[in-house]
Amino acid sequence: MDLYTEGNPVTDTRAPDGPIEGRWDSRRFAAKLVNPANRRKLTVIVVGTGLAGGSAAATLAEQGYRVRSYCYQDSPRRAHSIAAQGGINAAKNYRNDGDSVHRLFYDTVKGGDFRSRESNVHRLAEVSVNIIDQCVAQGVPFAREYGGLLDTRSFGGAQVQRTFYARGQTGQQLLLGAYQALERQVGLGNVEMNTRHEMLELIVVDGRARGIVVRDLVTGEITTEFADAVVLASGGYGNVFYLSTNAKGCNVTATWRAHRQGAYFANPCYTQIHPTCIPVSGDHQSKLTLMSESLRNDGRVWVPKTEGDDRDPREIPEDERDYYLERIYPSFGNLVPRDIASRAAKNVCDEGRGVGPTRLGVYLDFADAIQRLGRKSIEAKYGNLFEMYERITGEDPYEVPMRIYPAVHYTMGGLWVDYDLQATIPGLFVIGEANFSDHGANRLGASALMQGLADGYFVLPNTIANYLAAGPFDKLESSHPAAVDARRTVEDRINRLLSVNGDRTVDSFHRELGQIMWEYCGMERSAAGLRKAVDEIRALREEFWQRVRIVGDADGLNQSLEKAGRVADFFELAELMCIDALHREESCGGHFRAEHQSPDGEAQRDDERFAYVAAWEYGTEQPVLHKEDLKFEYVHPTQRSYK
Amino acid sequence: MNLTLRIWRQTGPEDKGRMVTYQVEDVSPDMSFLEMLDVLNERLTLAGEEPVAFDHDCREGICGMCGMMINGNAHGPQRGTTACQLHMRQFADGDTIDIEPWRARAFPVVKDLVVNRNAFDQIIAGGGFVTAPTGSAPEAHAAPVAKADADAAFESAACIGCGACVAACPNGSGMLFTAAKVTQLSLLPQGQPERYTRVIGMVDSHDDAGFGGCTNAGECTVVCPKGIPLHTIGRLNRDYLAATAKHTGRS
Repeated sequence: MDLYTEGNPVTDTRAPDGPIEGRWDSRRFAAKLVNPANRRKLTVIVVGTGLAGGSAAATLAEQGYRVRSYCYQDSPRRAHSIAAQGGINAAKNYRNDGDSVHRLFYDTVKGGDFRSRESNVHRLAEVSVNIIDQCVAQGVPFAREYGGLLDTRSFGGAQVQRTFYARGQTGQQLLLGAYQALERQVGLGNVEMNTRHEMLELIVVDGRARGIVVRDLVTGEITTEFADAVVLASGGYGNVFYLSTNAKGCNVTATWRAHRQGAYFANPCYTQIHPTCIPVSGDHQSKLTLMSESLRNDGRVWVPKTEGDDRDPREIPEDERDYYLERIYPSFGNLVPRDIASRAAKNVCDEGRGVGPTRLGVYLDFADAIQRLGRKSIEAKYGNLFEMYERITGEDPYEVPMRIYPAVHYTMGGLWVDYDLQATIPGLFVIGEANFSDHGANRLGASALMQGLADGYFVLPNTIANYLAAGPFDKLESSHPAAVDARRTVEDRINRLLSVNGDRTVDSFHRELGQIMWEYCGMERSAAGLRKAVDEIRALREEFWQRVRIVGDADGLNQSLEKAGRVADFFELAELMCIDALHREESCGGHFRAEHQSPDGEAQRDDERFAYVAAWEYGTEQPVLHKEDLKFEYVHPTQRSYK
Repeated sequence: MNLTLRIWRQTGPEDKGRMVTYQVEDVSPDMSFLEMLDVLNERLTLAGEEPVAFDHDCREGICGMCGMMINGNAHGPQRGTTACQLHMRQFADGDTIDIEPWRARAFPVVKDLVVNRNAFDQIIAGGGFVTAPTGSAPEAHAAPVAKADADAAFESAACIGCGACVAACPNGSGMLFTAAKVTQLSLLPQGQPERYTRVIGMVDSHDDAGFGGCTNAGECTVVCPKGIPLHTIGRLNRDYLAATAKHTGRS
């Protein structure tokens, strides 16, 4: 293709050989250790304080390393993991319903449509059980049964009940657990916490990640910070679509800056469109709100059988409704994986059977569940979600079915990492949603919390020691040429943004970029559309640098300036996403190419040509593709069937 | 609908600050309050005026980042609702709306509607945790928790740390925030070993951070978007009393 070049394949992922059950043990045994007295001499920078970053910073400090933690919010507790609703998977098999580490591993590889690494996913399933123990010990108030033991529920893509939860606020409770562990280390003086600080550049010295350039968002001061290793836990890039379920501040800048410094970016086109979000209500919309997947345990999804049926949903009789998920996928019903539920919703809306004022919506109906279990029981399970829905739409979901529509929610792609979670720049580690590692082309519900905490509590603290054992590295000063360069890059960029002084707001560009991405790189993609998107993105980016207007200066709090820097990076990422989506001439998981579908409209993979991770290297002219072949020794790739 | 906004503008911590009046037109009732401010900010930017700085992030009522006094009420007129979840259908065409930052000694204004709430983190660092280093945990089912206790712990754990309680309190006290965490952890078996050192540590940090004392005015619980009950403060006081009795060196 004319949009990229191909480089050498990635051959070493550092995963040990041998039976899959023993790989994590053997990696831990082979990894070098740092003795406790030496840990005090080693500093680690952690960017981001969500489940991955917060748990990693706390754990590293507990182990005795000196930790410097950064977040753009006013408190580490605000990181967007806080908004995760439904739950966290773990192979505890407390239900005695046939669950096991191997089944969680199997479900996750299959759910990811055979585009993830078996070794990584197996490790994730193994440590899942430790996560629940850890969180309970911290005082996380999980939902419990009357006997005092932990309750679980079902989530998409699984036939066992392995999802632990705390009402519809599981992410909040898990994050507060990690945050409290982190604050304990702050109080002990082991973590230096820097709130309202944004990482704007990575500092690489002699081929190693050695620090970051940060801007103090309150004073505007730009400084260079050094460490023996840098950990990025800065989350995903769903906000490239402007409208998503992400927090407004979520951005790609930390990982994109690292990418520009040499870290490969893997599978950027793998984005998750979540099936159950509150539909867009107008042009003023600034973000979309998720209604947890857990609602599909009791809610039934349907649309009218006939096009343009405008009756009140309660007046549409049973035999004129199409419960399409139950009809098409009888064995998983309403609990099919997210990618499948989303596309099915799109299909019925494309047929003209969508509901609500925009006709981009389907019903999620609780009438049966309320009749069966009683309103009280539904309230106890989902009360906060129903309330949120009512606040936003002004409709009472206990009385009228919810209207939902798919929205961008999570990004499976991210910086490429090896089995140790180390990027292609030595000393740079990437954890949580910021890396690409465990979910393949589609993440199952309740697996993001599992992965963030697995990386932060249990994986990274073991693997990073192997790297740090070679330290401490030479002490660096802010006068080091690499630091001076990185700092100048940041200052030049800010000055350039402020000097445009054009006639369009940052948000207007961001919104337009989002529309291009949603139209051509959203739920369904095609070669012609993606090529068009690349052209449109380039033109819009050009216009951005000529017409953007930012009022105010860089010497203090300037929220427009912050946004502008993030949107500028989204433009570059957006182009790479489209190129990645264009080059992957198959459909898999969340990546659906119109040209590649089975006769009944399901995603059609091409394992012969595309069973690899696409790891992109930054190039000033064109990106360079490096392929990492995926080998399946335990779970045999088949066409996913949830029928 | 068309609205008149009177918004607190303050360029920085040293500036005295003032209310400035703005008109906004064509506001849709389906907009959230913050989306209405977005519209104003877009307009100000195009006119070359600095947009109004305000904190926000998740915009779904859970991160606790947003918060402002709306017509003198923390988070505005609707009970149990953060500013980001407040929708314009709560207002009427022609309304005048006053918008100010949280005002409390422990929350100095950074700019416009943005305040510094690091004092809350200090309270947590003072003891709002269970000491359970990673890897040390026993099997999760080793200690069952009665459902009623787990549910009550959850109710307190729902606090989002937004600071509305402090802003509404005539004393600028952070006691509801502190009591919510004390209550959550003191109801659970995992929280027992540190129960009494925790409450002393947190209350000391609370006082050091510049918050005022609690006089049971109860304004905090009225504005709390998550409905943290006032009786959590009663529990904190009981634990505090027991703790000081145990630590006889203190008064």
